[in-house]
Amino acid sequence: MANPIKIIKNGIIDENPTFVQVIGMCPTLAVTSSAINGIGMGLSTMAVLVFANLFVSLLRKAIPDTVRIPCFIVVIASFTTIVEFLLKAYLPALNASLGLYIPLIVVNCILLARAESFASKNGPVASIFDGIGMGLGFTIALTVIGLIREFIGAGTLFDMTVLPEAFPRTLLFVMAPGAFFTLACLMALLNYFKNKKNA
Amino acid sequence: MYLILLLLAGIFVNNYVLSQFLGICPFLGVSKKVDTAAGMGVAVIFVIVLACAASWLVYNLILVPLQIEYLYNIAFILVIASLVQFVEMFLKKSAPALYQALGVFLPLITTNCAVLGVAVLNMQREYSFIESIFNGIGGAAGFALAIVLFAGIRERIADNDTPKAFDGYPMALVTAGLMSIAFLGFSGLIKL
Repeated sequence: MANPIKIIKNGIIDENPTFVQVIGMCPTLAVTSSAINGIGMGLSTMAVLVFANLFVSLLRKAIPDTVRIPCFIVVIASFTTIVEFLLKAYLPALNASLGLYIPLIVVNCILLARAESFASKNGPVASIFDGIGMGLGFTIALTVIGLIREFIGAGTLFDMTVLPEAFPRTLLFVMAPGAFFTLACLMALLNYFKNKKNA
Repeated sequence: MYLILLLLAGIFVNNYVLSQFLGICPFLGVSKKVDTAAGMGVAVIFVIVLACAASWLVYNLILVPLQIEYLYNIAFILVIASLVQFVEMFLKKSAPALYQALGVFLPLITTNCAVLGVAVLNMQREYSFIESIFNGIGGAAGFALAIVLFAGIRERIADNDTPKAFDGYPMALVTAGLMSIAFLGFSGLIKL
């Protein structure tokens, strides 16, 4: 069995779902108007991912190959529903600000991609670590985007005001276009370093 | 009149791609050429309208009477997945030309979050059957409009020099951001 630390590092750095694989873009852009939302969305997705990976891995020998995709979707949808209920009960404020995007975790391509390409081929323990790694990679990406947008757009970090009141806020960054620009700049920055390294 | 407003709001004001971030994956993934983008747009309109109707019926005729509304997420995704499969088989038999044109886009639509998103929104806002359909048509037409425009811009960008670090996705995202600013101009136009 592969080394757990290696699997986690693979999810965070080598195959980071947001910056390297460019999947799961909808929540990445939609909920990152603040760092708290980014963390909340990242951790919710991670919870679904870990349990979905575990169950898909346990059931991988029982699921016939031809109907595997619908089976994966049902597993993912069940855990999404559970996470939605838990958020509604214990973190109603976060649930309200993430809104529609919590039920939409079902159609986040990261989940189906990991079920198909990792969990259905590996043992339960490795699959849990893969879920943790991918989930952390996703959470970190969302938090970084959220921090940048919150700082430029509202002058706060984790809801604490850091920029002086007199400093103008670029409201655009907490609105829809800001999400596109922030992610574009982050990806361009990564490309820049990658090109430099290869050159 | 109200239904027409609902339709226009879906296309311009609450554009699913540019202001609500639904369906970003196909928006970025299949927008390199105008033809394929248009194919994807048509396929999405087709599936979303059917999915709106089917999910409304499932929710109001099955889930509500049985008091299992909390299973809506599982029910909707299964409805959408089987619907896509059914549409695929139906088109293959009855309209092979259209089936060829839509090609690989059809199965991909299952994981297009705009489809599930519209179904969930219709449920949350307690739309009637007709309202759900119009909301679906508006949202889907907005998606088609955005992806075709976006593909047109990307075709031109491909012929130009961009900074090396911005090649590919970053440039596409900047373009989408500028389009999103343009669509911000519609906000507040229609209040529902």
